[in-house]
Amino acid sequence: MDAILLQILNGLDKGSAYALIALGLTLIFGTLGVVNFAHGALFMIGAFCAVTLQKILTISSVSIDPEKKDFLGNPMEVKTPYVESLFGEATGQLIINWSVPLAILFAIPVMLAVGYIMERGLIKHFYKRPHADQILVTFGLAIVIQEIVKHYYGANPIPTPAPDALRGSFDFGVLLGFDPNAVIYPLWRLVYFAFSALVIGAVFAFLQFTTFGMVVRAGMADRETVGLLGINIDRRFTLTFGIAAAVAGLAGVMYTPINSPNYHMGMDFLVLSFVVVVVGGMGSLPGAVLAGFLLGILESFAAMNEVKSFFEAIYLPSIDQIIIYLVAIIVLLTRPRGLMGRRGVMEE
Amino acid sequence: MTLIKPTRRGVIQAGALAGAGIAMPTILTAESHAGYRNAPQGSTVTLGFNVPQSGPYADEGADELRAYELAVEHLNGGGDGGMMNTFTANGSKNALKGNGILGKEVKFVTGDTQTKSDAARASAKSMIEKDGAVMITGGSSSGVAIAVQGLCQEAGVIFMAGLTHSNDTTGKDKKANGFRHFFNGYMSAAALAPVLEKMYGKDRKAYHLTADYTWGWTQQESIAAATEAKGWETVKNVLTPLATTDFSSYVAPVLNSGADVLVLNHYGGNMVNSLTSAVQFGLRDKQVNGKNFEIVVPLYSRLMARGAGENVKGIFGSTNWHWSLQDEASKAFVKSFGTKYGFPPSQAAHTCYVQTLLYANAAETAGTFNPCGIAEALEGLQFDGMGNGATEYRAEDHQCFKDVLVVKGKDNPTSEFDLLEVVEVTPREQVEYAPDHPMFAGGDLGQCNPGA
Repeated sequence: MDAILLQILNGLDKGSAYALIALGLTLIFGTLGVVNFAHGALFMIGAFCAVTLQKILTISSVSIDPEKKDFLGNPMEVKTPYVESLFGEATGQLIINWSVPLAILFAIPVMLAVGYIMERGLIKHFYKRPHADQILVTFGLAIVIQEIVKHYYGANPIPTPAPDALRGSFDFGVLLGFDPNAVIYPLWRLVYFAFSALVIGAVFAFLQFTTFGMVVRAGMADRETVGLLGINIDRRFTLTFGIAAAVAGLAGVMYTPINSPNYHMGMDFLVLSFVVVVVGGMGSLPGAVLAGFLLGILESFAAMNEVKSFFEAIYLPSIDQIIIYLVAIIVLLTRPRGLMGRRGVMEE
Repeated sequence: MTLIKPTRRGVIQAGALAGAGIAMPTILTAESHAGYRNAPQGSTVTLGFNVPQSGPYADEGADELRAYELAVEHLNGGGDGGMMNTFTANGSKNALKGNGILGKEVKFVTGDTQTKSDAARASAKSMIEKDGAVMITGGSSSGVAIAVQGLCQEAGVIFMAGLTHSNDTTGKDKKANGFRHFFNGYMSAAALAPVLEKMYGKDRKAYHLTADYTWGWTQQESIAAATEAKGWETVKNVLTPLATTDFSSYVAPVLNSGADVLVLNHYGGNMVNSLTSAVQFGLRDKQVNGKNFEIVVPLYSRLMARGAGENVKGIFGSTNWHWSLQDEASKAFVKSFGTKYGFPPSQAAHTCYVQTLLYANAAETAGTFNPCGIAEALEGLQFDGMGNGATEYRAEDHQCFKDVLVVKGKDNPTSEFDLLEVVEVTPREQVEYAPDHPMFAGGDLGQCNPGA
């Protein structure tokens, strides 16, 4: 039982990342009709916003300490971050320690700008082109972004730890009446889940309760009619792209303490997020979120040893690797529109 | 239509040409051991450095390339000579003169393995066929090393393996043209098991997470066998795909498996991520079977330790070489590398530098670049002064035998490079095995192939 509970938590956690990326993807597809293969790269840029802020905060003045020796036996260079000399040692260290949550503030304007530039500079030229062209150009863009990041940050993962206060693990089992230590879950992963729920809620509220959101939703349903009503739908869609980019970016920022970011992390999430969008129903926002969590949980269960041995016994090895695609095939065969895709939306 | 009119001058010219043509093979053979692939012409010799310049091991590849450039500089007489000053072969000073190899200036070309077997083979092939490389070296993955070694055997050039730790490289996939200086999974296990027994006791239950390819399989097999011989029980071995990034769903089942040790047969980004997950899930703070839960990372690298940050503290593993070693050779190497690049070399850089010097020395002693001559000079070579103490290139499988370092993630690092501490130098006798050991059996070295 405790093992199942752990995998549910794991699934919710994985699902949070899938849902956040898929939400942006389906938002872009729903409004702009663009299949954005560079969306994983936006997630990665978000993660590197956290890395960059960490680097900025640790820019240091260098002094020579003749007492200490470096690896060659020369006097050692001692680095003191400017933040520490500016705000005092204790406050400076606290700021550096909390660099990942602080990076949220840093990432929002950066991601909005990246999204704006990407949409105005490149993607708007592909609105009327076939999906194949869009996929090629956005996929190419993703590779270019990846290589640029690799050039400046290197290929190895860069540790971006969570603040000390949120680094430990939380005895979840005790809350539910299990023995102590039976269900231990990393604190930061719980934070990640809560944060994702908050962002998802905010996006839905924004689309549901604001005029802007109403126009975007109307545009998703029938772009032409909204245009005929004299509303500049293009400008709103550009902003939507920026919001989608920011959501992916925030997902990336908060993900960095879970797995040290590297230049390739976007690609790892991209394909799965596409499956999530398709299973959820193209252009359906609740579908993307539902499918994200569903597939995350299924994937986690499939990694359980008991489940794996069961599927191995019926000649389905490595079920944890294929479960998502199996589910996608079944859903597409039985409900071609996806779980929550509505009739008439995104259909000819 | 024009008729060719024979003239006296024409006949003489034709005769001279024909004569030279007939004499040709004799001239070439006379010029010591020609009749082999890519025999260097002119005053230079070209080596091919095949390292990952993109993909997950690009940082290791970059460090390997730095080491190669340093080695070339030293061979050509530049810099401070590094380990050329300490290197002894068969009990006497090495044959390197600082004037290139066999008097020919050393040039090099580089290829990108991308840590993919097919890409690595393609770049090696191009360096052999287009650039005339007489030797290929480098790499940071056993899958790649085995693929490129096979190619070099067919092409008739020497392959000096870079970082490759699978038993198979000099086991079932060994080749007469291939040589490995780096240690392997069996040696890691043989060195680690006694230390683990001493630290954690005899009665332990181990859970393995293993990268699903040749290196992971052979290392897991080796560690399981060595620890079981010490009384440990292997509870479970779970294979994880190389592309896995989030290990949480693999780590979670460990918590309730009854195991009290987690062995991570992972390298590179896999190791960084799985270790981070294991630490985040509180494994290291856990008590199981009345004992502290422990994590072991059998193959360590400083570059990876940097990626894993604080999580490596107190965790045991093994390594081929570490920059903090205090023998004269290691100090000399760290000094020339550190002065040139500003940071200490990694174990990948070390093995690549050593392999280049060993190749050059073999060519000097053999008096030829012919792969068969080089192989003969390397087989059974006893050398020292290269940072690992007394070492032997065993003739039967082209594997180097030397002491193995057992290391631990340092609790109080004094600098960003000071991440691992050497806790024990396991003597060679303890990690040695017979060439026909079951974990290495099944392959055939074959005959050296000069390629022409």
